[in-house]
Amino acid sequence: MNFLMSPSKLRELGILGMNSRNIGYIGRYNQRKNYHLADNKLATKSAALELGIAVPELYGTIEYQFQIKDMLDSLAERESFVIKPAQGSGGKGILVIIGRDGEYFIKSSGVRIDGREVRRHTDNILAGLHSLGGRNDRAMIEALIDFDPVLKDYSYEGVPDIRVIVFRGVPVMAMMRCATRSSDGKANLHQGAVGVGLDLGSGQSIHAVQHNRIVTQHPDTHMTFDQLKIPYWESVLELASSCARMAGLDYLGADIVLDKQRGPMLLELNARPGLAIQVANQAGLHHRLVAAMEIADSTSDQSERIALARQQFGQKSHPPSGF
Amino acid sequence: MIKSKVQVGLIAAGFIALGLGLTLYKAISLGLPLMPGEYREVWTVESKTSFTPTKGPVNVELRLPATLAGWVILEEHFVSSGFGFSIIEDGETSSKARWARQELERPTTLYYKMQIHRASDNNELPPMAFVKPQTPLLEPDQEAAMDRLVDRLKTQSSNTETFVLLLLQEFLRDSPDQDTVFLLDSYQEDAIMVLMDALAVADISAHQIRGIVLEDGRRRQQLSSLIEVYTDGRWRVFDPRTARAGLPKNFFIWQRSDDSILNVVGGRNSSLEFALVSNSLPAKAVVEMEQRSEQFALLDFSIYTLPVEQQGIFKGLLLIPVAALVVVIMRILVGIRTSGTFMPILIALAFIQTTLFIGLIIFLGLIGTGLWIRSYLSRLNLLLVARVATVVIVVILLMAALAIISYKLGLDQVLTVTFFPIIIVAWTIERMSILWDEDGGHEVLIQGGGSLLVAVMAYLVMSNHVVEHLTFNFPELMLSLLGVILLLGKYTGYRLSELYRFRDLAKQ
Repeated sequence: MNFLMSPSKLRELGILGMNSRNIGYIGRYNQRKNYHLADNKLATKSAALELGIAVPELYGTIEYQFQIKDMLDSLAERESFVIKPAQGSGGKGILVIIGRDGEYFIKSSGVRIDGREVRRHTDNILAGLHSLGGRNDRAMIEALIDFDPVLKDYSYEGVPDIRVIVFRGVPVMAMMRCATRSSDGKANLHQGAVGVGLDLGSGQSIHAVQHNRIVTQHPDTHMTFDQLKIPYWESVLELASSCARMAGLDYLGADIVLDKQRGPMLLELNARPGLAIQVANQAGLHHRLVAAMEIADSTSDQSERIALARQQFGQKSHPPSGF
Repeated sequence: MIKSKVQVGLIAAGFIALGLGLTLYKAISLGLPLMPGEYREVWTVESKTSFTPTKGPVNVELRLPATLAGWVILEEHFVSSGFGFSIIEDGETSSKARWARQELERPTTLYYKMQIHRASDNNELPPMAFVKPQTPLLEPDQEAAMDRLVDRLKTQSSNTETFVLLLLQEFLRDSPDQDTVFLLDSYQEDAIMVLMDALAVADISAHQIRGIVLEDGRRRQQLSSLIEVYTDGRWRVFDPRTARAGLPKNFFIWQRSDDSILNVVGGRNSSLEFALVSNSLPAKAVVEMEQRSEQFALLDFSIYTLPVEQQGIFKGLLLIPVAALVVVIMRILVGIRTSGTFMPILIALAFIQTTLFIGLIIFLGLIGTGLWIRSYLSRLNLLLVARVATVVIVVILLMAALAIISYKLGLDQVLTVTFFPIIIVAWTIERMSILWDEDGGHEVLIQGGGSLLVAVMAYLVMSNHVVEHLTFNFPELMLSLLGVILLLGKYTGYRLSELYRFRDLAKQ
């Protein structure tokens, strides 16, 4: 294997580069004034609620320092919850409490922390430690997703989420991101999470990739990926597509989780989705984006667009050849 | 999209062409050298006016040199401690310096220092009006000797020029004839005065040219004289020391007339001496000094018109666009991740002060220690702002400790630690430690290493002599740089790092 790939070969594969993404898609199709909705999770949530898009329940927000003192009292009834910055970037600053042990809280990693630690984390969020540009931020406390048991064993500690790239309302590519021990429970591919490329037609897994290498099973849970098929696939794509309309962003990454009771829910939106999805799918975005453009031009009906996308971008035969 | 691409292309092309065009114009038409390596000879002339004061007010007037025959004064400097000093313009091209003081007790020396450079080899002197010679008043025996000398030389010469040359040779001969010896004797060996009077007796219009023979390292050089003679409708220069026609190359003209150069009222035993030093300065520096003489209209609005200190600041500022280009190239074309867009530039600027190796060691040491302290602080559960402030104070203490210890140990280089702006160090520590908490040590290595790598590259480019020379002397090149950066801003191709990142996709 060559150390570097030739640019012409990459172009042939339709791989989207960072510069091309920034200028050709984000800069060209995403209007700056619409960014705030994607960048601010509270804004995303309230917009989604207005349109009837499912989101995790919001327990409360913390805006001022003095609220931190009493925050745990108001959470007394909650067994589990998630604290995150409203304008966090790259999944930073998310504290997941999965249970309690007397005075203590249990993090998703199993580590026990006390209330002081929880308050300090919230304080850091307000000071803007985890936020875009280091601005002062608000902390939001929301329900822990009780994620679908089908996906339970595909993730180590963290919540597995489904990233769908939507271009002009047409879903283009999708992957599931599974946290691993080496990614420290985070679903970030460059930190060592496993990215599972998903067949846009069926929600069936195509490839799984960790650290740019193809893997067949989860490194920690040893679950093989070839049997993975996302339930409610149609509604996942519909959800993603509606989000794009809601956000007013033509090039968008929608992060979706599957809740046991409530089905697909929108976790957050990303106005600058990364390029790792191409590695997970072992396919380039560029050709699909060109095709999606035609689909978007041919019809304005959402379910028609999704149907065309599933047909054009889906695998032609099953089971896929990736494993 | 296409439209904006064309727009950017046009604007960028315009900027690039404008920048290059102005640069070429300055290089070709104004003679500014494109490379720093060219050296030119610059003379430093220090005139010392010494005198012993008598009672009463002192008034010293020194005629300042006219710049003739291609010479340019680059810089002049007067030392006038305790004197009232003024420069008096008397006439279009001539001026004199005046030192005045009510009372003076000790013998004093006044200094006037200048740097001169011969910008062109033009040996022609500007035209001057013809003045009829005046018959000198001589003693009868002097007059008789003078007449015999002039008559003898006239019979030997065919025209004025040969007459003058013969006359000059007469005074250079090892065994001059009796009349010459007598004349020199009666003129107190002042050959120039004899010559001038002889020319007047021969009805030839002439005057002296006073100046300095430039000889490197001379401490007590005296004024020398040339003789300018009116012949065939123009003035011609003769050198009495060699009895040759023409202006010698190493002669710096101070004054082109018989008038006195130094006038001291209220003093005696006055003397005028010159100390001479020749330097080879980079052409850049010469041009730089030349600007202050405001010779080129275009450059009258250049950075050179600023005071020297501000020029120094701009020298650094003008390098920043080059460093910015390096950052843009490394990020857009190569795809190196840096923490913050312009942090590498700031680090590189600090490296310029400290030199690279020392700078790297100090920087890594500070950041490392700072990170270690910061990790302890984060366990203390402090508010973020207080924590950042604590890091700042700790870093200052570290820098002070490093400076003191290194000074005691005699490691002077480490003293340059103070050149690292506190804000860069503190901010880097804070940023790196957050990165560590959030994304792990691996990411710290990637981003921190990327920043340092880009900083080192920016430093290498900025410390290049050619780059420094070009940015300072041709600031319009910044426009071209701007154009290039605009073009890079529209680059949609792959980054070098992406060729690596997606290398495994070829299997499909």
